[in-house]
Amino acid sequence: MTPTSSPPPKKTWSWRSQAFRALIYQIVAVAVIALTVLYLANNTATNMRARGIQSGFDFLNSAAGFDIGESIFPFDSGENYWRAYFIGMTNTLRVAVLGIVMTTVLGTLIGVGRFSRNALIRGLCISYVEFFRNIPVLLQLLMWYLLFTEMLPPATEPWVLGPFFLSKGGLNFPIPVWATGQLVASWGLLIGLPVAWWYRRFAIRSFEMTGKVKSLFWAPLAIVVGCSLLGWLLGGAHSEWNAPKQGEFAIENGGSLTPEFLALLLGLTIYTAAFVAEVVRGGIQAVSLGQSEAASALGLSRGHTMRLVMLPQAMRVIIPPMTNQFLNLTKNSSLAVAIGYPDVVSIANTAINQTGRAVECIAIIMVVYLSTSLFTSLLMNWYNARAAIQER
Amino acid sequence: MSAQTFQTIAPRPAPVNTDGFVAWCKINLFRDWKTSLGTAIIGAILLAVLPPFFRWAIVNAAWVPDHEVCHQAAGACWGVVREKFRFIIFGRYPFDEHWRALIATAMLLSLIIASCMRVCWKAWLPVLWAAVLSVYFTLMYGGVFGLAKVETDMWSGLPLTILLASLSMTMAFPIALVIALGRRSGMPAIRSLCTVYVELIRGVPLISVLFMASFMFPLLMPQGFSIDVLIRVLAGITLFAAAYMAEVIRGGLQAIPKGQIEAAATLGLSYWQTQRKIVLPQALAMVVPGIMNNFISTFKDTSLVAIVSLYELTGAMQMAMNSDANWRPFRIEGYLFIALIYFVFCFAMSRYSKWIEQQVNKSKLR
Repeated sequence: MTPTSSPPPKKTWSWRSQAFRALIYQIVAVAVIALTVLYLANNTATNMRARGIQSGFDFLNSAAGFDIGESIFPFDSGENYWRAYFIGMTNTLRVAVLGIVMTTVLGTLIGVGRFSRNALIRGLCISYVEFFRNIPVLLQLLMWYLLFTEMLPPATEPWVLGPFFLSKGGLNFPIPVWATGQLVASWGLLIGLPVAWWYRRFAIRSFEMTGKVKSLFWAPLAIVVGCSLLGWLLGGAHSEWNAPKQGEFAIENGGSLTPEFLALLLGLTIYTAAFVAEVVRGGIQAVSLGQSEAASALGLSRGHTMRLVMLPQAMRVIIPPMTNQFLNLTKNSSLAVAIGYPDVVSIANTAINQTGRAVECIAIIMVVYLSTSLFTSLLMNWYNARAAIQER
Repeated sequence: MSAQTFQTIAPRPAPVNTDGFVAWCKINLFRDWKTSLGTAIIGAILLAVLPPFFRWAIVNAAWVPDHEVCHQAAGACWGVVREKFRFIIFGRYPFDEHWRALIATAMLLSLIIASCMRVCWKAWLPVLWAAVLSVYFTLMYGGVFGLAKVETDMWSGLPLTILLASLSMTMAFPIALVIALGRRSGMPAIRSLCTVYVELIRGVPLISVLFMASFMFPLLMPQGFSIDVLIRVLAGITLFAAAYMAEVIRGGLQAIPKGQIEAAATLGLSYWQTQRKIVLPQALAMVVPGIMNNFISTFKDTSLVAIVSLYELTGAMQMAMNSDANWRPFRIEGYLFIALIYFVFCFAMSRYSKWIEQQVNKSKLR
C-alpha cells in the first residue's frame, strides 16, 4: 500500500482566501454597527442628562392622569400607565381583528366579482378597487370620521332602523341579557364543537373508505347550532334583549360603538378590501385555465368550479400576500391617533406628552406591533403549511 | 322499392349576432335569469345613489367663492376650493413666493416624468438629477440671488408631498439594493443584520418610525448639533421605504436561476462582477412593477407626516379649512378635492407600472 500524497496544506490566513476575507468583512461590519449604536446611545444619554430627561420604565407604575374615551375594560384616570397601555392594546386588537374578518369577506367578494359574467358587477368591482386603492388611507379615515361626526343627525333625533340607532353619538344596538339560558347555551357550544369536529373526521374517513359523500359543512354546523340551542332551551329559553331607547339627551341602554371606532373600522376595512380583492384576483388567475375548462367538461356548475376547483388551488397563492394585507391593516390601525380613537399609539402619544419619555414609549409601541405581527405571521404560516400541496 | 323524392331539410338557424350594443347587453347583462337579477339589483342601487350624488355635486352645487352663497346652496360648495386653492396646494409657504415653489415643483415633476421615459435612460440622467435638485433647493430655500429665505418648516402642501415621495424613493433604492444583496449573502453575520433590519422595520407601523424621527433623532445627535425636521422625517420615510423595497428586490434576486451565478463563477467573475453584469440587470428588470407599487404606497404614506406637524397636502388642507370659521362646514369638499389630486397621481403611476411591465416582458412575448 503506497502512501497517498496529501494536497499541500491550504493557507487559510491569507487575503486570497475567500473564507478569510468573509470573516474580516463580517467582523468589520459588526464592529461598525456596534460602534455606531454605542455612539448614538452615548449621545442619547448625554443629551438626556443635559436636558434633565429621566429614563427608565418606572413611570409605568405611576398614575396616568388621563381618561380614555372608550374601552372594553373599565378605566379611570387614577390607574397607572401599565393599565392604560393594556387598554390601548385591547382597543388596537379589537379594531384589527374585526377589520381583518370584515376585509376578508368584502375583499374576497370583490375579487371573485371581477370574474362575474355580469358586466355591471365586473365594472363595479374594478372601479371599487381603483378608487379606494389610490387614495391614502389617512385621508379616507379623516373623511369617514367627518361623515360620522358632522353629516349624521344629533343624538337627540337619530336615524332609527329597527332596533338600531345611528347618530353623531355612534351606533347603538341591542345586546342579549346574560341569563342562565345563555350560560347553558355556551356549555352546549363547548360540547358541540368537539362533537362536530369528531363527526367531520368520521365523515372524511368514511368517504375515503366507501366513496359515499357525507356533508362536511352543514352537518357539523347543525350539530354545533343544535347543541347550543338545546342548552339554551334547557336553561329556560330566556329571550330578553337590552335594547337601546331614545333618552332625553342621548340614547340609553344597549350596546354602543363610538363614531371614532366606526370610522376607523370602516375606513380600514374598505381600504384594505381593495388590496385583498387584487390578491384574490391574482390567485384565481394563477390557476391554469385548463383547470376550469376541465371542471366544466366534467359538468360542474360555475359556482362549483369556483368553490371546489379554483379557490382551493388559488388559496396556495393567496395566503402569503393575504398575510401581508392583514399585517398592513393592523399597522394602519395606528392611524387611529389622527381621529382620536384611543389605540396603543395614541395612548403612547399622550404618555410622551405627559412624561417626556419618548424612547420608552416608542419602544413600547414597537414591541406591541412587532409581537402582533410575529403572532399573525406564525398563525398564517401554520395555515399556509396546511393549505400547501402535500408533497412526498 | 319506392322512389325517393327529394326533400329539403329544415334550414339551420342564423348564427347569433355577437356584435353591436344590443348583443353586448344580451351577453353581458341578461345572459340568464341570475345575470338579469344581478343587473336589476345593481342597477336599482346605482339609480338610487347616483342621481342624488350628481344633484349634490353638480346641479345644486355652489361654484362661487362666497361662503354666504355656499351656506344657502343645497348642494356641494366648490367655491371653497376656489377660495382656498392656493392655501391647500402651497400651505404655509409665503404667499408672495408661491411662484418659486410652483416653478421648482414643476421642474422636479418634469424631471421625474422624463426619468420614466425610455429615451431618457442615459448616462446623463443622474447628472441632470443633481443639477435639477440643486436648482430646486436654491429656489425653495432662497437666501441667494435676492430671493427671500424660506425656512424648511414653511415648506408645505403639494410641493412637500412630491419632494418627500421622490427624494425618499431615490435615496431608498441604493440602500434597498445593498440590503437585498446582504440578505442573500453567504456571510451569516451580514445576512442576519440585514434580516433583522428588514423584519424590524416591516413589523412596525410607519407612524412609530415618524415618531422616532421627530422625538428621538434629536436625542441621538451629538450635543449642540441639530438637524432640520424635514431632513429627519425624510430619513425616517427613506429607512422605512428601503426595508419594503429590499424585499421586492430580493424577490427578483431569488428568481435568477442558480446556474447563472455558478456559470459566472466558472468564467472567473468576481462577486461584484457577477452581481453587476449577470444578476442585477435581469433581477431589476423583473421587479420594476413591484418598485412602482412601492413608489405609489410611499406617495400615499407621505400623508402621515401631517401627524408629526409637517404640513404636506393633507395637513395643508386641514390647516386651510380649520383656520377659517366661515369655510369650516365645507371641509368635505376640501377632502374630496385633495382625494382627487392623490387619485390622479396614484392612478397615473399605476398605469405607468402596467406599461413598464409590458416593456420588461417584451422578451418573453412570442
